[in-house]
Amino acid sequence: MTVEAKPVSRYTTAARINHWITAVSLILLALSGLALFHPSLFFLTGLFGGGQLTRALHPWIGVVLAVSFLGLFIRFFSLNFWKREDTIWMKNLGKVINNEEEGLPELGKYNAGQKLVFWGQSILILLLFCSGIVLWDTYFADITTIDQKRLAAVAHALCAIAAILIWIVHVYAAIWVKGTLRAMTRGSVTGGWAWKHHRKWFRQEVGKP
Amino acid sequence: MTNSWNDIKNTDLVLIMGGNAAEAHPCGFKWVTEAKANNGAKLIVVDPRFTRSAAVADVYAPIRPGTDIAFLSGVMRYLLANGKIHREYAKAYTNATYLVKEGFKFEDGLFAGYDEARKNYVDRSTWEYQFDDQGMVKVDDTLQDRNCVLNLLKVHVERYTPEMVERIAGTPKAKFLQICEMIASTSTPDRTMTSMYALGWTQHTTGAQNIRSMAMIQLLLGNMGMPGGGVNALRGHSNVQGITDLALLSTSTPGYLVLPTDREATYDDYMKSRRFKPLRPGQTSFWQNYEKFFVSQQKSLFGKAATKDNNWAYDYLPKFDVSYDVLKMVDMMAAGQMNGLFCQGLNILMASPNKAKVATGLAKLKWMVVIDPLETETARFWENHGEYNNVDPKAIQTEVIQLPASTYAEEEGSATNSSRVIMWHWKAVDGPGESKSDMEIMSALHLRLKALYAKDGGAFPEPIVDTAWDYKKPENPDPAEVLKDINGYALEDIPDPADPSKVLLAAGKLLPTFAMMRDDGKTSGGMWIYTGVYTEAGNMSMRRDASDPTGLGIHPNWGFSWPANRRVLYNRASADPDGKPWSQRKKYLEWNGQRWAGGDVPDYGPTIAPDKNVGPFIMNQEGTARLFARAAMPDGPFPEHYEPMDAYIANPLHPKVTVNPVVRVFAADAKSFGTPDKFPIVATSYRLAEHFHYWTKNVHDNAVLQPEMFVEMGERLARAKGIKDGDWVEISSQRGAIKAKACVTKRIRPIMVDGSPCDVVGLPIHFGFIGLTRKSQPVNTLTPSVGDASVNTPEYKAFLVDVKKTTPPAAQPATV
Amino acid sequence: MSVLQALDLRRRSASTVPPPPAGKAAAVEVAKLIDVSKCIGCKACQAACLEWNDLQQPIGVTDGTYNNPTDLTPTSFTVMRFAEHEHGDELEWLIRKDGCMHCDDPGCLKACPAPGAIVQYTNGIVDFISENCIGCAYCVKGCPFNIPRISKVDHKAYKCTLCSDRVVVGQAPACAKACPTQAIYFGTKADMTAHAAKRIIDLKSRGYGNAGLYDPPGVGGTHVMYVLHHADKPSLYSGLPDNPRISPMVGLWKGMLKPISLAAIAFAGVFGLLHYVAKGPNRVTEHDEEQAAELEERKGA
Repeated sequence: MTVEAKPVSRYTTAARINHWITAVSLILLALSGLALFHPSLFFLTGLFGGGQLTRALHPWIGVVLAVSFLGLFIRFFSLNFWKREDTIWMKNLGKVINNEEEGLPELGKYNAGQKLVFWGQSILILLLFCSGIVLWDTYFADITTIDQKRLAAVAHALCAIAAILIWIVHVYAAIWVKGTLRAMTRGSVTGGWAWKHHRKWFRQEVGKP
Repeated sequence: MTNSWNDIKNTDLVLIMGGNAAEAHPCGFKWVTEAKANNGAKLIVVDPRFTRSAAVADVYAPIRPGTDIAFLSGVMRYLLANGKIHREYAKAYTNATYLVKEGFKFEDGLFAGYDEARKNYVDRSTWEYQFDDQGMVKVDDTLQDRNCVLNLLKVHVERYTPEMVERIAGTPKAKFLQICEMIASTSTPDRTMTSMYALGWTQHTTGAQNIRSMAMIQLLLGNMGMPGGGVNALRGHSNVQGITDLALLSTSTPGYLVLPTDREATYDDYMKSRRFKPLRPGQTSFWQNYEKFFVSQQKSLFGKAATKDNNWAYDYLPKFDVSYDVLKMVDMMAAGQMNGLFCQGLNILMASPNKAKVATGLAKLKWMVVIDPLETETARFWENHGEYNNVDPKAIQTEVIQLPASTYAEEEGSATNSSRVIMWHWKAVDGPGESKSDMEIMSALHLRLKALYAKDGGAFPEPIVDTAWDYKKPENPDPAEVLKDINGYALEDIPDPADPSKVLLAAGKLLPTFAMMRDDGKTSGGMWIYTGVYTEAGNMSMRRDASDPTGLGIHPNWGFSWPANRRVLYNRASADPDGKPWSQRKKYLEWNGQRWAGGDVPDYGPTIAPDKNVGPFIMNQEGTARLFARAAMPDGPFPEHYEPMDAYIANPLHPKVTVNPVVRVFAADAKSFGTPDKFPIVATSYRLAEHFHYWTKNVHDNAVLQPEMFVEMGERLARAKGIKDGDWVEISSQRGAIKAKACVTKRIRPIMVDGSPCDVVGLPIHFGFIGLTRKSQPVNTLTPSVGDASVNTPEYKAFLVDVKKTTPPAAQPATV
Repeated sequence: MSVLQALDLRRRSASTVPPPPAGKAAAVEVAKLIDVSKCIGCKACQAACLEWNDLQQPIGVTDGTYNNPTDLTPTSFTVMRFAEHEHGDELEWLIRKDGCMHCDDPGCLKACPAPGAIVQYTNGIVDFISENCIGCAYCVKGCPFNIPRISKVDHKAYKCTLCSDRVVVGQAPACAKACPTQAIYFGTKADMTAHAAKRIIDLKSRGYGNAGLYDPPGVGGTHVMYVLHHADKPSLYSGLPDNPRISPMVGLWKGMLKPISLAAIAFAGVFGLLHYVAKGPNRVTEHDEEQAAELEERKGA
């Protein structure tokens, strides 16, 4: 007999819209940013209507990202505090990567990797926002010195690359761990998925009326 | 200029004092950089401010405005006391050895013959040489006689010790002596100094004497007539030399001839004092030809109407009672004594001192005609511009007629530069709108007046009706035709004086030289000094051959340098009495056995041998230059330091005679002078490199480069008054007050005068309430209505003010 | 300015430039020599620059100095900077014509992300090609002399072109042409260096023992050079950098960071792919589903 668990609701519609706005902004920012970062990727400015438009749009998309991400942050930050089981999970990261999750502690809504992604992106987006303002010459050319602008340029690039790397981890994890993506498309996950990956959370959710 | 711009490259030492060549004459200043870079020349700048010229100087010294004579007399004292004069030159080529009349004296600030009541030297009979029975000047070649000029000069300048110079001028003694030493280095025959000055010397009540002081120094040093020497007036407009030549002064006629006075009712009276017989044996005394120039000029002015029988229409000339200079005009206007005024290329509301007085005068006129390419403050004097020109238009009834004129680039004609070089310029474009050339405007006016006089007659219509105007297009003469008229031509065949059967010049031919002018009516010529500019060979002012065969910057085939295409005046003095150059290094002209040879036209009879002992200063009756001016200057034969009319201190030399005793002060202005108790700061006014007078504030790019009025002040004064860079400051004088932005600078330091610091502020003259620059009250709101004792150049360069921090002007207009 | 693309290029921003065709004579390097000791600060060069380049710099206000406009702008490619320097009792008014130095190793070009927006001709002139400029202001960060200015109107970077349009037809830059005291010379870099040497001898004879040529090696030398009375202290001249070089931060940003970053991104991608291939997806097992259902049942009961 095969028992089918009921799907468990993981993200509200608002949270999903919030996420996808963030996701699309981030992708557009990465594309436009990389276009201006490396000459061999300058062709990507074609996606945005040319160099001038790419230069003009990138910071505005950045503003969208910042606002949108702020929404995500407010929604999720309390769920991302570090717990004892996260440390244990991290110690067993190798097993996780090897798809050997037996014996790991039960986890809440997020595992340590997800929390690191969350906090990493939070810090990086804050830094990107600040350095981006410094670099946004159209409006803020006069508020900083050139040396500060240079520092901002390096910081912006470094943070952006770090953010892209984290984003890759984030996306890959969603692809690798089957059943994850539907949380952000349909808003729910299967009971089995929840049991397997976020059992403590699952127990709480099931207990709710 | 006695020399030329190009000649400055030959100099060993440049003294810029009474001017700011880098600022006001940047293109001419290139010759200073040339001399520095290629001739090892040193540059000294003496100025109240550390100027743009000072920025590239080897030595800079500060001086209190209006004390140049003290400084220069101190230099003379140094040269005489230390034997640093070119003794042989001074003896041979100046009146140093001449004996002066016994009664001549100088006491307590006054020369002999002063009349306290008339405020004038009424008896100048002692300002004269001792003469022998032949009417020749007595000389003492040993220079022993206490009445010889050099000894009198020594006595006169003895008071100007370095300490006294420091007390009066505030120039630190060490700096002053350093400069004296540098100047003295050019007393040797192989070194020369050039003096470059401009309105920093002329715009004082002692203006002409400032320049005379330098002339005397250059004579003592043997630097006149020498390459790289001379006293060089840097003229401030394109062609202001030309207008000066063509009778700038109300008491002159073209070519520095003199308008008759009302004491010279007859032609004989007039000519009697102009025969200029030599005062030393065998001298040229070139002004003996005065009558030839005068008659030729009368023929040019009145044509056939000037005949021997009517004394060449002498009666047609006005006879002046007093000088009608611009100050006098304004005074008469303000007193309601004038009905109409023509302002042709003159922005009198900004250009004449004491704006309030000028405005009062303009408001009392019935009409005023403004002929100008630009909108001027003068044409808008009746318009209310808030606090920049706060007048009530309803109260002003003057009818203003504006006639738009074309600019130099919109017409052809000649212009004469500081080097006395006449150069033709060609028309580039048509003038805008209804503008016409000044020549066309004046011709039209002349012809209409003439027609009116011809029709209606009048008290004395002849001078107008008989004025010669024989141009092909009388309503708009061709400028080339006018230049020909100025040059002159033979009216009849001119016989050769040596052989009357020969014709020297056929009737109708242009005069090749002023030596061809005749006093019998056979020649016509508007201005003798320009003769040779347009000959049968063509228009010499069009020549543009830059070649310089001698390498001395003579460029003989570039334009035409009056007189006679001569580039360095008094150039005979570049050779010693035997005709040999004083030094090979400074070789310019020399006697080759037959004639005077060199790259330039000799300022001398070209074939007069040295042994004839003819002096090189051929215009003077003596043949020599005058260290002692005789009665030629109204304020004394020697220069003397007098304080500016806004006197900062009592004259330390003679406190009872503080200011120039013969300055003309109008009754209306008697109370218009400031005193240091109310106005304890000395102000001076000047130009900026970015602007030309009141014109370029109408030009966008110039307005970008200097957009707004400012006042330069030292850090000490700014600190005391709590003023910072860019603050608004009110500057007030006895005449009025203006506002300006503060420019606090290290370049103006307080000048130690008589032991205590004197603060100086500087005010650029360019900004007004018309044009593209920010609006400003004109600087002449502050300046006193008084001029130089000799020629009445207004005293713009030294006056007293007070400054205080203030609020911005009410209606500061938004960005244009 | 794109008309000058016909000139051979030595460098082109965000691009690789092939060397000039074989057999073509090497271009002579040009230089402008500004002799500060001859400069009177008359601003004729500024006026000439405005005129030749048809620039409409707005009329400003005075800030209580002779600096007008007070700074370089997109419509003022050169400005005179006046510095009052007091030493002891003596005063010097050091007047420097500021503008692009045309570095041999141009930081602006290095920083520029837009292909062909900044070029360096083989004669050494560094030029901004407006049609390729995207207005990112990276050149501002790249420049060690604080020269480029971004227009608020068309969002493109502007600076002195060394009158590349005049130089290409054999004319000197407009500023050099206008300078009344020949404080601005123009010619080959070799000639200018030789001329400067003569000027320095003259200045040393006038007591300026530290007179020298400003041709800073930190940027590979410049094609605008100064003769300075105090070559030991360039910063006296309104902050002329004593030892300019492209900022190490710009070096990092436009150097190592670029390849390393792309490599890191590629590595992350490849690692993911390999991981997926090697370890396969992480799937929920039927056992998990059963456990979940069991729990639900328990709680639901």
